Amino acid sequence: MATLKELAKKPKFFTNGHRGCAGCGAAIVARQVMMATEGNVVVANATGCLEVFSTIFPYTSWNVPFIHSAFENAAATISGVESCYLALKKQKKIDKNLKFIAFGGDGGTYDIGLQSLSGAMERGHDILYVCYDNGAYMNTGIQRSSATPKGANTTTAPAGKVEQGKTQKKKDLTAVLIAHHVPYVAQAVVGDWTDLTKKVEKALSITGPKFINVFQPCRLGWGYDPSKTVEVGRLAKETCFWPSYEVEKGKYRLNYDPKDKKKPVTEFLKPQARFKHLFKKENESLLKEIQQDVDDAWQNLLKMCKCTNE
Amino acid sequence: MADKKLTVARTGNEAMAEAMRQINPDVVAAYPITPATEIAQIFAGFVADGLVDTEFVTVESEHSAMSATIGAAAAGGRCMTATSSQGLMLMAEMLPIASALRLPIVMPEVNRTISAPINIHCDHSDTMFVRDSGWMQVYCEDAQEAYDSVLMGIKIAEKVRLPMIVSTDGFIISHCMANMDLIDDRDVKDYIGKYKPQTWLLNPEKKITIGCLDLQDYYFEHKMVAIDAMRNAKSVIKECCEEFGEKFGRKYGFFDTYKMEDAEVAILAMGSLAGTAKVVVDNMRKTGRKAGLIKMRVFRPFPADELARAVSGLKALAIMDRSDAMSGLEGPLAVETKAALYDSAGKPKIHSYVYGLGGRDVQISEIENVYKDICDFAQAKKKFGENVTYLGVRE
Ligand SMILES: Cc1ncc(C[n+]2csc(CCOP(=O)(O)OP(=O)(O)O)c2C)c(N)n1
Ligand code: SF4
Ligand SMILES: [Mg+2]
Repeated sequence: MATLKELAKKPKFFTNGHRGCAGCGAAIVARQVMMATEGNVVVANATGCLEVFSTIFPYTSWNVPFIHSAFENAAATISGVESCYLALKKQKKIDKNLKFIAFGGDGGTYDIGLQSLSGAMERGHDILYVCYDNGAYMNTGIQRSSATPKGANTTTAPAGKVEQGKTQKKKDLTAVLIAHHVPYVAQAVVGDWTDLTKKVEKALSITGPKFINVFQPCRLGWGYDPSKTVEVGRLAKETCFWPSYEVEKGKYRLNYDPKDKKKPVTEFLKPQARFKHLFKKENESLLKEIQQDVDDAWQNLLKMCKCTNE
Repeated sequence: MADKKLTVARTGNEAMAEAMRQINPDVVAAYPITPATEIAQIFAGFVADGLVDTEFVTVESEHSAMSATIGAAAAGGRCMTATSSQGLMLMAEMLPIASALRLPIVMPEVNRTISAPINIHCDHSDTMFVRDSGWMQVYCEDAQEAYDSVLMGIKIAEKVRLPMIVSTDGFIISHCMANMDLIDDRDVKDYIGKYKPQTWLLNPEKKITIGCLDLQDYYFEHKMVAIDAMRNAKSVIKECCEEFGEKFGRKYGFFDTYKMEDAEVAILAMGSLAGTAKVVVDNMRKTGRKAGLIKMRVFRPFPADELARAVSGLKALAIMDRSDAMSGLEGPLAVETKAALYDSAGKPKIHSYVYGLGGRDVQISEIENVYKDICDFAQAKKKFGENVTYLGVRE
């Protein structure tokens, strides 16, 4: 595991100069994931903020081979690239050892790209899929996705006079991926770079399909000050709204346990404009419900950590 | 080369799969759909028996089949897939991406109508639906032509750097056995040569970003390059057909003609109907009618000038479409042929027909009536109420 100083000295495989919003968490995900590699990687990206802001012709932020073809198919595209690599390697047309990483937003992963992701994972390609989950279709203007948390205000599930934002719970995609019984699945947050880079390093050292779900604060869609991206990400972890954990060969491991310092979920919700309406007097019960959901999921996770390691 | 003749009996699907075996692609990603399923199935057998070196990717949908094929082709491989009907429709989003990225993917396709109602039988609605996706399109009359066209397709696609669909009529060709000549494995290998992509993702010498966002400042120029490639494809197709004819003795063009030298009336058709129409042409000739046939093979790029020349001097032409675009106009072949003839002198009178939707059988007698009707039409003895006649549909 490299120190931050060492990481900072590495060549930038994802460079600055892109056109993400100030304080964009997606750019941090891309930069930190790429930092954890040795540059011997090929990247596929689904349509979404990251692809749009990093590849505006004639510029590119990608200092590695990169391909984008459409929205719902980053996993299928990288499957093809990886398969071709195997074919060309067999014929000795390339001798370099390469790794394959696909990036997709929550829309491109939880929703429209779920099928192609599931297919690629089941087929067992040697790839790492990184979902940067900012909980909405940000690129098209903050529409709700199945990753949008309950109560969040989005442009297609707005908080109004009778509705209080999204009524449904966030899909547990990490659990869906765990159910694929792939060798490595993990959750991480923007704001804990050691944890994220460690996970990427570990994932890339394992052969087969891997999945990392990175919780990514989006200053525009979430409505907080651009300087607070890292802070908001950490609060997601500290409130157990987005626990940091990994599942290796079926065994769960917590990577962060607040023990008795678990913060109330309101500390994560409060700084974000998308949850502002929840703090009205009449929405008190909704806040309680959200806290209960978080507590239940956390207890469940603790149980899984215990029982899969017995 | 041509003297090593190997005559076999093959269905259309077997013939296309055989061509794929000989091509030995780097990657094949495919998904089952009737009547094209067999192509991937037979190919899977080749993989299982170690007869090819291909990475065979059993994707979970046609959208992923095309996406994976695009990824693999962009990576630098010679890559193929095969499909039909709904499968092609599901790929539709990815087709213009393959062509704009200039990937020489060759895709055997088996023509089947499109839902609804769901129906597994032949018409050309599926490939016609994607006629403007930037893929070259070749329609084949029989297994031999399908086999030859897939082989030629590799060469053409890689020279033009655009993808190509090679299609056969579902069941009529895909599942019916006919005699055909195979080319020796070694000769195929020599003929198609090694694939050398110009730009490729896995090139260790050069890192590239593929699939950038292009805004108002670049999109048009980039699109223009692909548009030009399609325009220039005609000369490559011509050259490749000539070369193939010289090497293997079977001659192909944008279209094939039958008894057109002195013809006064003709049918323009695609696919398996051509076989039936040839029989009818012979019958008509026996009755003193100077009938001919033009069988369209290459629909994209559309050989407008060549077609205009071929029909000039005819008194009347019947254009047979096995699909209807529901445009309020005639079928696509008729619409495009008419557009091609707009500027040409000596254009014939034209009547168009839509036939065989959903696999509706076409009888020899019906085609005879078409010839008889256009003969009368040519001599002003017959008028058609509408521009298009729907052949064989019950009222
Ligand atoms: C098939 C298709 N449907 C819709 C779109 C429009 N679209 C482009 S990006 C996007 C949202 C992406 O959301 P997400 O995956 O969460 O990434 P983010 O923008 O949040 O980074 C949508 C809906 C598209 N490009 N393709
Ligand atoms: S909208 Fe959000 S995810 Fe998109 S660029 Fe801005 S901060 Fe990043
Ligand atoms: Mg998103």
